[in-house]
Amino acid sequence: MDKLLKLRFYKDKLFKSGIILLTLLSTVPLLLILFYIVKQGITAINWDFFINLPKPVGEKGGGILNALIGSGIIIFIASLIAIPFGAIAGLYLSEYSRDKLAYWVGLCVDVLQGIPSIVLGIIIYLWIVKPTGRFSALSGSIALAIMMLPPIIKSTEETLKLIPGTIKEASLSLGVPYYKTILRIILPMGLSGIISGSILSISRVAGETAPLLFTAFGNPFITTNILKPMSSLPLLIFNYASSPYDEWHKLAWGASFVLIMLILFLNIVTKILERRWKIQF
Amino acid sequence: MRNLKEALTMRFEYKNKAINSKENKKLYNVLLFEKIFQKSLGLIGIIIVIILISIFITLTVTSIPSINHLGVKFLYGKAWNPVTDEYGALPFLIGTLLTSLLALIISTPFALSTAIFLGEYYPKGLVSNIFKNIIELLASIPSVIYGFWGMVILVPIVRNLELKLHVLPYGVGILTSSVILSIMIMPYAVSLSRQVISMVPPALKEGAYSLGATRFEVIRKIIIPYIRSGLFAAILLALGRALGETMAVTMLIGNSHYIPKSIFSPGNTMASVIANEFTEATGSVYLSVLIEMGLLLFVVTTLINILGRQIIKRFILH
Amino acid sequence: MENSILKVEHLNAFFGEAKILLDIILEIPKNQIVALMGPSGCGKTTFLRCINRLHELTPGARTEGKIYLFEEDIYKMNLIVLRRKIGMVFQRPNPFPTMSIFDNVISGYTLNGIKLSKSQKEEIVEDSLRKASLWKEVQDNLHKKGTFLSGGQQQRLCIARSLSMKPDILLFDEPTSSLDPISSNKIEELLIELKKGYTIIIVTHNLQQAARTSDYTAFFYLGELIEYNKTQVLFSNPAKRQTEDYISGRFG
Repeated sequence: MDKLLKLRFYKDKLFKSGIILLTLLSTVPLLLILFYIVKQGITAINWDFFINLPKPVGEKGGGILNALIGSGIIIFIASLIAIPFGAIAGLYLSEYSRDKLAYWVGLCVDVLQGIPSIVLGIIIYLWIVKPTGRFSALSGSIALAIMMLPPIIKSTEETLKLIPGTIKEASLSLGVPYYKTILRIILPMGLSGIISGSILSISRVAGETAPLLFTAFGNPFITTNILKPMSSLPLLIFNYASSPYDEWHKLAWGASFVLIMLILFLNIVTKILERRWKIQF
Repeated sequence: MRNLKEALTMRFEYKNKAINSKENKKLYNVLLFEKIFQKSLGLIGIIIVIILISIFITLTVTSIPSINHLGVKFLYGKAWNPVTDEYGALPFLIGTLLTSLLALIISTPFALSTAIFLGEYYPKGLVSNIFKNIIELLASIPSVIYGFWGMVILVPIVRNLELKLHVLPYGVGILTSSVILSIMIMPYAVSLSRQVISMVPPALKEGAYSLGATRFEVIRKIIIPYIRSGLFAAILLALGRALGETMAVTMLIGNSHYIPKSIFSPGNTMASVIANEFTEATGSVYLSVLIEMGLLLFVVTTLINILGRQIIKRFILH
Repeated sequence: MENSILKVEHLNAFFGEAKILLDIILEIPKNQIVALMGPSGCGKTTFLRCINRLHELTPGARTEGKIYLFEEDIYKMNLIVLRRKIGMVFQRPNPFPTMSIFDNVISGYTLNGIKLSKSQKEEIVEDSLRKASLWKEVQDNLHKKGTFLSGGQQQRLCIARSLSMKPDILLFDEPTSSLDPISSNKIEELLIELKKGYTIIIVTHNLQQAARTSDYTAFFYLGELIEYNKTQVLFSNPAKRQTEDYISGRFG
């Protein structure tokens, strides 16, 4: 074989090996992290873990019930705010995509998606915590809701845009008013996209700590009062991981394990739903 | 705008239907509802714009005390002393830039390789799916868990390294946080790069292959030059992501108020200072300075975001 | 023209600045089939969509001139009322995918909030499906979703859906262009049956289809109505040279 050709083949093989090597190395952190979380987390989990409150320093055991309930409530309220708002905004963007205003709204959605979450925490602190004089779960929910908006809006917009225009025309030509056409035909057809976008956004904010630092703030006790400070899984992990106590580290590992499993589960559900609506059209 | 009153008072006489005034009223209501519906859709859009503008205005207005007190010294002052109301953010600016750029440098080769791996070598099939899922998993791990893991695993490793290099073995510091940051932005960089790579027209690649080029040559001489601007945008957007990252960095950077002397020194980023000190800030100037840093973060990440997306849009169009 | 139910006077249609239809004057007679034909881009579909004011949906679209349905100006009429008097069948069958066959046929009523008893609904559905010659084929599967039907059956489902509203006029926008020859044939036979009870306007690309099925034909070219006459006359003895050129295949 020609010497030059040999050299080119050699370079090609070398490059490919390099690419494969670097790619494999990129996956190493994930495997390390997951492995460690599972190993440490599983040992920390028992029934007590779920139904108890954290114990004071020095005592063994304890659980993360306050964080579990807190995360649940905060995310639930955030979803109540973000999902209807986001779905309607996504509807607006898909129906009026040629309007000038729609361009700016789309731009704002993109910008909102890129805002560092700690800045959102500052904003909600200034808008709600400072005027009311107290930390509250509600303020945390509002901060999370703003973070949830862009994925929901995008997913809704995408699904609705996939619906063929001729369906709308068929309904209008039957004499059905525009708003009924949207509410009773178009929106139900886009429902699975809205749902998958919502679940995706929940999985994104479930692990967010920064926006809650100055809003929900955290709480060592269980509370269901959304006007009081409340704990959440990521807040608990942050506080306990930063502490010097082994017992608390153990709790943090357990909480990390629970959080990761939750996020994993939500991601899988999103994937299944996405496959459903992407095939439909 | 049709004259609804006229429509109401007109009498329709047809063979098939005689519409009485009750149905007229119903139809009038329908058209009214239509208008309300359409206007409220637009209203929701406007609310989103208002939210964004309000965020900017709030940050700016609450930064005014700090701007009045410090002026430009905010940007080049080196001393950070809340007791004497001296606030120089330079250490944090440097910390932010150092960690983000270092993270970019570390992650880019890996991200690009993975993107090429998934885009060119294994675009479909089991291998592709496995790696795609691993990358997506990496992307969904919360920042605080990255930080925690970094504390327990990375910090001792870095500490050993520092001991061997005869440097103060903090363990935490610029290097550690850059490493964790690079892992965190990698999935984002991979997905952006993959998108960009997928936009190379197959006809271009096939032309080169049919001339006898090897895969390496096609990648190096056709694909990379073609996606240059797209790659630049991808790196820019990943940088934007890194700048705003808070929790993991806060837990691993060592919380020092001095300009880091080397990558082994502890330091702080703008985000980590805010996270650490916001709830402790007493006095309105102190708080205002922290908010001003938030404003700076907001403006820079927004500009990078918009710029990056513009470049990608232009790249798609050409 | 005697017995006309639709009168079009000096209709001009625009998309923004571009004029699509120039000064169209036309009368549609009752219980006849009128075919609109012409090469691509001649405006025949735009004209059709002006009749039920679907044209206005496109941003930047507007019209000048008047159209009278039963002596009423359609631009002064309530839009919902107008559209209920006119049914439309589209190029590609578009049954509502989330609804069963039964619900599809009756959708004009349910979506408009018109309350009907179960027996009333069943009566309307059977009547419409019979008129669309689809009843026998689907009577046992009324509550299945419409998407399992063939293209031709789906199109007849859409026809049944329009028929259920008891319109006066039926508009067809190239209804058979996406169908195979046998289904197309069925639809053409159906049209000839339907004209006994309805007035039909059909846009078609297919000269033979126009010649076979219609009573009157309108030839459009570049937005103008070139010629409009009884089909037999237009095809055997066209008055304008452009018509003759189009019919003999010299362009289009």
